[in-house]
Amino acid sequence: MIEFHNVSKRYPGFGDALSQVSFKLASGEMAFLTGHSGAGKSTLLKLIAVLIRPTNGQVLVNNENIGHINRRRIPYVRRNVGIIFQDHKLLFDRTVFDNVALPLVISGLSHREIGRRVRASLDKVGLLSKEKALPITLSGGQQQRVGIARAVVNKPPILLADEPTGNLDPELSREIMDLFSQFQQVGTSVLIASHDLDLIGQMGNKVLTLNEGKMTAGGMHNER
Amino acid sequence: MISPAIYLARHMQVMLSTLGQMIRSPMSNLMTIAVMGIALALPTGLHIILKNVQQVTAQWDGAAQISLFLKPSVTDKQANQLANILRQRQDIKSVTSINRNEALEEFRKNSGFGEALEALEENPFPAVIVVYPTEQSDNLLTVQGMLASLKDKPEVELAQLDMQWLKRLYAIMDFGRRGIWVLAAMLSLSVLLVVGNTIRLAIQNRRDEIEIIKLIGGTDAFIRRPFLYTGFWYGLSGGILSWLLVTLSIWLLSGPVNQLATLYDSNYSLSSLDFLSSLTLLGLSICLGLAGSWLAVSRHLHAIEPE
Repeated sequence: MIEFHNVSKRYPGFGDALSQVSFKLASGEMAFLTGHSGAGKSTLLKLIAVLIRPTNGQVLVNNENIGHINRRRIPYVRRNVGIIFQDHKLLFDRTVFDNVALPLVISGLSHREIGRRVRASLDKVGLLSKEKALPITLSGGQQQRVGIARAVVNKPPILLADEPTGNLDPELSREIMDLFSQFQQVGTSVLIASHDLDLIGQMGNKVLTLNEGKMTAGGMHNER
Repeated sequence: MISPAIYLARHMQVMLSTLGQMIRSPMSNLMTIAVMGIALALPTGLHIILKNVQQVTAQWDGAAQISLFLKPSVTDKQANQLANILRQRQDIKSVTSINRNEALEEFRKNSGFGEALEALEENPFPAVIVVYPTEQSDNLLTVQGMLASLKDKPEVELAQLDMQWLKRLYAIMDFGRRGIWVLAAMLSLSVLLVVGNTIRLAIQNRRDEIEIIKLIGGTDAFIRRPFLYTGFWYGLSGGILSWLLVTLSIWLLSGPVNQLATLYDSNYSLSSLDFLSSLTLLGLSICLGLAGSWLAVSRHLHAIEPE
């Protein structure tokens, strides 16, 4: 589902954020991406969402090399990648329902279909009763779950999460992680950037470790 | 991928929701619409005035006429003979003759100086023969030739060509028309910039939203759509406002103009924007609104990229 082949990303003046990274994430596989801050976790996630382009190497998503795709193709690639942000990135002037519905509105689904899927998604994260609430009235954990509902409402084959439990207590963090496991079990590839090593240990999934831009564990050997 | 029906429904939905947003914050939007309306009303109003002037002068269009003022010694009979001779000519369409008494009566009736005439011992008016050239010979050169030949008739005291002033009036009107175009172009540009600037502010206000939509796979067209519809609504409401302003102004002017026309013995009345002109005004206004928002959107949307 996701393949990196000798991927490097250089920011001019700052050196290599990633260098020669190679790894594979199969369909329906869940993995953690870990490393100290500045190790390149965010850079790696951004490459998958085509927020940035690789300096070298190939990034394959769904067997498509997205490193050099046309700008116009980018939105369609992103629709296959559900992203969960540490700061949730919700629209605070819209209800929970409208926030979750946004990806479906973008895809041009019918009104009825949107309603059905949004409620299914909110039900999944346990917030069906909050559909008419504004995000500001929700707790941090609830806002995070709204973000998750929005990321999965389109049933994307890939789910990315950047420090999804960054601000949550251990119990809530565990709940969120279990939620991700459920998506993995229905065939979604899940990649979670986190430095919560305790929690990662409990989950028992594949771990990709980055250190100063190099993948020191979980990756593939450099290809020639 | 998306069925046409849903695509259309989406457009309608965006169209209505942008209208709803504008109605919910009326003050700032009214300012923009007012600027647009006034800026468009100015050239439109001038255009209407020019069109009215054209209408007044249209009756004179191509109607060069030569007035032959006959010598006082010429009798009515002689005058009629001359008129009949002139009627035979190929290059003359028609001839009207006004004898001395008729001229006196007309003056007495229309001028209000009838009593002054009583003081005169004899009729001061000469007989007049008005010659209208045929359409073929109705150009300045032939008419001037005709004028020269008529002037030499023994009965004629004075021959006068009533055309020069018309030419001058047309030249002034041409100048006015050009002036209105220049004014319209400049004001249209300002309307474009006003809409562009308003949309630019709207884009900045919704920066977060645009960023999020881009993150979850919204196309440029999807992001552009509400802003373009906002431009459309600005254009439409600005156009309607300018139409109202022009119509109101014409209505205010029509009273005095009617009075003036009565004084000139005419039943002329001021014409307002006809259906086609109104449609053109609205169409142009909508185009300007759309173009302005397109300008802002294409300039500023690319600058907002999620990180």
